[in-house]
Amino acid sequence: MMILSRFAILAALLAFWEIASGRLIQEYLVSKPSKIAETFLDWVMDGSIFFHAGITAIEALAGFVLGALAGMVLGMVLGRAERLAELLNPFIMAFYSIPKIALAPLFIIWFGIGIEMKILLTGTIVFFLVFLNTYTGVRSVSPELINILRLMGANEGDALRKVVLPSAIVWVFTGLRLSVPYAMIGAIVGEMIAANRGLGYLLSHASSQFNTAGVFAALAAIIAMSVLMNTAVSVLAHAAMPWEKARQNREIAI
Amino acid sequence: MKLESAEAMSMASRHPEAVPKEELVRFEGVSKSFGALQAVHGVSLSVAEGEFITLVGPSGCGKSTLLNMTAGLFEPTEGRVTYRGELVRPYNRKVGYMTQSDHLLHWRTVERNIAVPLEIARMPRPQIRARVEELLELVGLAGFGASYPGELSGGMRKRCALARLLAYDPETLLFDEPFAALDAQLRLKMQMEIRRIVAKLNKTVLFVTHDLDEAVALADRCVVFAGRPGTIKEVLDIPLPRERDLFGIRHNADYVGMTARLWDEMAPAAAQCGG
Repeated sequence: MMILSRFAILAALLAFWEIASGRLIQEYLVSKPSKIAETFLDWVMDGSIFFHAGITAIEALAGFVLGALAGMVLGMVLGRAERLAELLNPFIMAFYSIPKIALAPLFIIWFGIGIEMKILLTGTIVFFLVFLNTYTGVRSVSPELINILRLMGANEGDALRKVVLPSAIVWVFTGLRLSVPYAMIGAIVGEMIAANRGLGYLLSHASSQFNTAGVFAALAAIIAMSVLMNTAVSVLAHAAMPWEKARQNREIAI
Repeated sequence: MKLESAEAMSMASRHPEAVPKEELVRFEGVSKSFGALQAVHGVSLSVAEGEFITLVGPSGCGKSTLLNMTAGLFEPTEGRVTYRGELVRPYNRKVGYMTQSDHLLHWRTVERNIAVPLEIARMPRPQIRARVEELLELVGLAGFGASYPGELSGGMRKRCALARLLAYDPETLLFDEPFAALDAQLRLKMQMEIRRIVAKLNKTVLFVTHDLDEAVALADRCVVFAGRPGTIKEVLDIPLPRERDLFGIRHNADYVGMTARLWDEMAPAAAQCGG
């Protein structure tokens, strides 16, 4: 029922768009769904969409994985090493406060305009989100709980394996979920700044030629990829945290 | 003949000090300050093996501080805390601790929560399974081993925490208002379970509560706290049999008298502590 309603809303929007275009709004501004679909199909037929999407996917995924791994490891380490975290805090916050996109010119000097620069840009953005969430997660582990385990004879290793890591997972996944759109930003903006391939390039190229249908087709591809990545992270989260599902099934008591 | 021995036994249990038992925990002139705030002042108390001691008093009067020192989580500022004659050092593994929050690992099933202390003790898997099964039975959670804590009611979570506490068989159990969050009926049920299990396993118990009824109903001896900093106001011997029916006890004249007396004592202390 829900799905049907959603399709109905989508169909209504597209129909309105199709009819309004050229009548209420000039067509070169908004194009029209039929033309966008046509452009999209052309790209599918000649395979170019897969090529560009593949490039963007590699950049976003590689950046995502590298940034997430680095963020998790550093978050865990600093979360447990209070002194070190305090020492490094101003440096981390200073680095964090830079709009990461502003690093793109530097990365271009270092790596050129290939995919390395986009991976690094994406990785930097994802790193901070995952790092801060993991750090918060590790720090929020109840010291009371650790003490209870200590009384049971647990050493630091036991406490880490049985309490700290698993309880930080929830936070890690919060960070990962937040990171998906940002990973796409890193890859797409990187391509728009300097590239000759990828969905970001496709987008800016279509725009520079006033190919409005092309712009919308590229946006559609970007949306599709984001949804796919979001779904993948959700599936992963469900597999890694089966207890969360059990919790959702329970009635809420306030 | 049989009757007589039963009588003798009940007499003995009415007066635990009549039977010499080894001293387990001893507080000698213990004071504890956190910065400028003094939590406990000049507390001396001796706890014998197998005793059920309740510590009662208004919130924030240092009762939990005494439990923490018994567990070796921190040292007294003044005085000594000894366990079996030895100075308590960090992480006194002879004790198990249960707090108001059950502190279950919500990513582990009930079974695997109970298994935590056994895993820490590096017990082989088949043995762990057998022991967990036994504990589930003991606390009345048989059949719920595969559930996650998030799926359980408050009372069942307490049972699970209790099973985990008993799993590694600590000699002394420290309870810090474990049932404060439960409703009256459930609390009574859990109190009965605690008495039953503690008697069966012959554990020594230090039980912090601010519930006067609970303090009398559960205890062999009840330590009454007052003031800020917390000081012992009085230690009451509770003249109730060791085997007691916590449900019927409400009509027992001794019980009614003791709680009434406690109420009278606590009223000024409560005003002083100011919650």
